Amino acid sequence: MKKKLLLLIPLVVFFVLAGFFVVGLGLNPKEIPSPLIGKPVPAFSLPDLNAPEKAVTPQDFLGQVWLLNAWASWCVSCKTEHPSLARLAKTSDVSIIGMLYRDKPENGSEWLRRHGDPFTVSIADADGSVGIDFGVIGTPETFLIDKQGIIRYKQTGPINEEVLNKKIIPMIKELKQL
Amino acid sequence: MKKFLLACAISVMGCWGGMAVADEAMPTENDPVAQKRAVELALKLRCLVCQNQSIAESDAELAVDLRQQVREQIAAGRSDKEIITFMTDRYGDFVLYEPPMKPATLLLWIGPLLLLAAGVVAMVFLLRGRSQAATESAPLTEAEQARATALLEGRES
Repeated sequence: MKKKLLLLIPLVVFFVLAGFFVVGLGLNPKEIPSPLIGKPVPAFSLPDLNAPEKAVTPQDFLGQVWLLNAWASWCVSCKTEHPSLARLAKTSDVSIIGMLYRDKPENGSEWLRRHGDPFTVSIADADGSVGIDFGVIGTPETFLIDKQGIIRYKQTGPINEEVLNKKIIPMIKELKQL
Repeated sequence: MKKFLLACAISVMGCWGGMAVADEAMPTENDPVAQKRAVELALKLRCLVCQNQSIAESDAELAVDLRQQVREQIAAGRSDKEIITFMTDRYGDFVLYEPPMKPATLLLWIGPLLLLAAGVVAMVFLLRGRSQAATESAPLTEAEQARATALLEGRES
């Protein structure tokens, strides 16, 4: 009897391993937890894409809940998430700051003209240095920042309707009440 | 391994040399010590875009930017530890090839030792069981004993 139970060990080990593999298959390796959650938004001063002589800083948004979306005209998934961002811009009064990441300002402006501009303010991080401070790995990435300027959520990869409805919109509502 | 590292270092330096033509700042260019530090640090940092390469090996734009950061910060007199902190503050521990020892990574560090210990325990039990089984095996019957003796003495074949 005891021996028969021992024979089951490999089977149990197999199922435990298989369980880990199944869970692992569902994980996205690009989704790296950001150490910036709960931390103040990094300081920056970047030119306004539409008015390059004007500098935009995080202080401009103190007291409001805002999103910072890192995107680029060369980024395919940014086009994928564009309709969802546009819907958010239309249906919610949250400020969406578009940060053009590692891209020429004229390319960014052209892209926005062609596809529509969902952003309250657009800024240009042409050399990607502010992107490094935000820990941006690849566009699109979106940060949700509260009234005190604390980063509350990071979306790695494109925002879709599900993320919008289940995460971002509820969090915006909650943060607005604080 | 040493040869591999050397090859990496040479390719990285070659790569950087090439980039100098592309008008990139080269704060460590004329300083072999700083250059060596930059390469060593770059080999410790993971390229987050390709994930299975260090930023020294990767050609991804982010890796180029981060190499540049490393060199600038070395030129600015920052210590290795400060540069590593700069990276983990932004990208998390994932940016390090060697994860730091802390509660969340404890299993990662001692897991192999635990598995080894479990293996040793299992082996000890198994061997004990076997030797016990060997000593406890049933004694020979009289007829068997007689035949064994005969065989040993060569009276039977």
